[in-house]
Amino acid sequence: MTTVYLDHNATTPMDARVRDAMLPWFSRPANASSVHGYGHAAQEAVTRARQQVAQLVGASADEVVFTSGGTESNNLALRGLLRHRKGGVVISAVEHAAVREPTGALGRDVFTVGVRHDGTLELDDLKKYLAKAPALASIMWANNETGVVNDIPLVASLCREAGVPLHTDAVQAAGKVVVDFRRSGVSMLTLSAHKLYGPQGVGALVVDRRLTLDAQQVGGGQEGGLRGGTEPVAAIVGFGVAAELATERLQTIAEHMRALRDRLEAGLVGMPRVTVLGQGAPRLPNTVQFMVSEVNGEALLLSLDQAGFAVSSGSACASGRREPSHVLLAMGVDIQLAGGVVRVSFGAGNTEAEVDALLEALHRLLQSGSLLAGGGAMGGW
Amino acid sequence: MTRPIYLDYMATTPVDPRVAARMAECLTRDGVFGNPASSSHSYGREASTLVENARGEVAALIGADPREIVWTSGATESNNLAIKGIAWAREDKGKHIITSRTEHKAVIDTCRWLERQGWRVTWLEPCDDGRIHAQQVANALTSDTVLVSIMHVNNEIGVINDIAAIGEICRTHGCLFHVDGAQTAGKVAINLSALPVDTMAFSAHKVYGPKGAGALFVRREPRARLEALIHGGGHERGMRSGTLATHQVVGMGEACRLAREEMTVEQPRILALRQRFQQRIGGLEDVCLNGHAEHRVAGNLNLSFGGVHGDALLTALRGLALSTGSACNSATASPSYVLRALGRDDTLANASIRFSFGRWTTEDEIDLAAELVVREVTRLRALSPLWEGSRNHCDFKRVS
Repeated sequence: MTTVYLDHNATTPMDARVRDAMLPWFSRPANASSVHGYGHAAQEAVTRARQQVAQLVGASADEVVFTSGGTESNNLALRGLLRHRKGGVVISAVEHAAVREPTGALGRDVFTVGVRHDGTLELDDLKKYLAKAPALASIMWANNETGVVNDIPLVASLCREAGVPLHTDAVQAAGKVVVDFRRSGVSMLTLSAHKLYGPQGVGALVVDRRLTLDAQQVGGGQEGGLRGGTEPVAAIVGFGVAAELATERLQTIAEHMRALRDRLEAGLVGMPRVTVLGQGAPRLPNTVQFMVSEVNGEALLLSLDQAGFAVSSGSACASGRREPSHVLLAMGVDIQLAGGVVRVSFGAGNTEAEVDALLEALHRLLQSGSLLAGGGAMGGW
Repeated sequence: MTRPIYLDYMATTPVDPRVAARMAECLTRDGVFGNPASSSHSYGREASTLVENARGEVAALIGADPREIVWTSGATESNNLAIKGIAWAREDKGKHIITSRTEHKAVIDTCRWLERQGWRVTWLEPCDDGRIHAQQVANALTSDTVLVSIMHVNNEIGVINDIAAIGEICRTHGCLFHVDGAQTAGKVAINLSALPVDTMAFSAHKVYGPKGAGALFVRREPRARLEALIHGGGHERGMRSGTLATHQVVGMGEACRLAREEMTVEQPRILALRQRFQQRIGGLEDVCLNGHAEHRVAGNLNLSFGGVHGDALLTALRGLALSTGSACNSATASPSYVLRALGRDDTLANASIRFSFGRWTTEDEIDLAAELVVREVTRLRALSPLWEGSRNHCDFKRVS
């Protein structure tokens, strides 16, 4: 039995075109910093990829700093900027751990902007905290669990009025909705290749070059001095091709996924004890997070896995942890009531038949009564 | 156009096709593409299994416990993590670090970075043989020394430092010992279970694995404590957050497995090639070997050619892919700081070339390369006013 993959917010299978572009670079002994012909070819490939990534997000190539992934990009943005600026940090309550953890480790005041019940930002909180002269704000473009999309151009304009640089974690947004670095007015933007059918282990921080940023990983002076280390040419080439594909097919892929999401939600509406989270808020076209009350959440996920559906409760990074999602807590979801939480995130390759099969499996599972919560209602976390 | 003969294996290596094949299995929909942290489904669990198998392969190559291996994006990150991480974790015990002038930029720049943050760094000068000796470290230790960072194999001149002796001194003194082992794997056999080393950085792309993958060995017993540099989902036991790149990690594991199985045959073969090359160019006068003749890895030969211009020499040898030193310094036109630390003047340092041989170097390539070197050096010297003036310019051991 093949398992239907419905966890594209955790990672995506690489597009075959990306793989084909990468494979030749495995066998070339090309250090992009070497002066010989092999090195020059690698340098050209990296330059081209930089343009492709820049184009995806409406930036210029010299604003793209390649990193090992979204987490490193977020760390570089936060720590790199704070070295030059006094004051606290404004984040939202639903940021990914890759923003919350480095922020917490900095020893600065952290001002946390709350969210409403539908997952959208409390803009009054944001305005209040921006008035405290923070060093920077970091507000994600789209949430990885609920898929709720923030109005980043609006947030950026508020930040600009307050003279506060804004970083945004756009890891989940890029390739699913239009992300325009220049027009949005953000100062720094984080990208990850493996969320958009590119390779794991490579990402980028797009940086407004007017900002002074301190490198966090030093040694060799690569990436305009912002990130030392031999460039992983194959991975960067893969990222570039993935970005180009994402640019090309953004509309078609988004429409395809939105149709699947709407189909799934239409089916979920009729199910007892099921609530879709963030419904009504602007959301990514591919993400549905729903909770099922009065069931054992862990058993629900396990049963779906056994039935051949690869889903998760939320962030993959927290998969091993048995604690409630900070995102749902921030939204004021009644954790005792929540029971089971399932995140379905669609990708380019999913089909209507797979949605129907998932709905059928859910229907069967919820009817059987075998998942009813016995003891710990928190089991699914 | 025929591609130049690749003699720059210490800058980077091509991925072994066997490694590439394993990596290719972890990319697309039909492969193991999952996020290893996705424990709720089989895609993630399969990826996690491969990641842990690979961790075992790295550990096996270096005689470590798999739980002592932290995945990183490469040796630069590993060195940053170890040096800054230990410095931060031991800040209350002292702010003095000992390292050397011949370290890779990944260590030098990190130590300079700490200097700017208020740490005191002692920069040891290499001896004439290019090595750092344990006694030098012992002499530099002070009561507030918290960390010594000395590389195992030098990336430019290929010399091997005695990390067992240096480590013993650190143990006795009570400071931690970090080793940049980027050039170690596959070239020098080590057993970290028996070596007094606390942390050691490794790179995949120097050992026929992928670029963008590395590891840091972090000793469990006695435990080396360090602060994380990258915070996030708490991956790698909190020491390094970020989604693990399954194919990269798998590639590094396979590269290490091949190194473990083949290095006892491969290194003597490469040594024979290097000796063949030395023999073939033995007729040239005024060629100095940089670094100790014996305590060096098989695949490295760093030579200074008296009486020629460095730029002219590199241009004349453009049929060979090689470098004057570290790839990371290639962009800067300044002569190698390692050779300058060895006392070479700028002219001679500029006319120095690192030949590094590896898995696919053939005898034919060696012969062609040697012939080209002899011919071009001779030709350039005939044209060069430098030549007469510089004869016997170098009093270092000639290549035999």
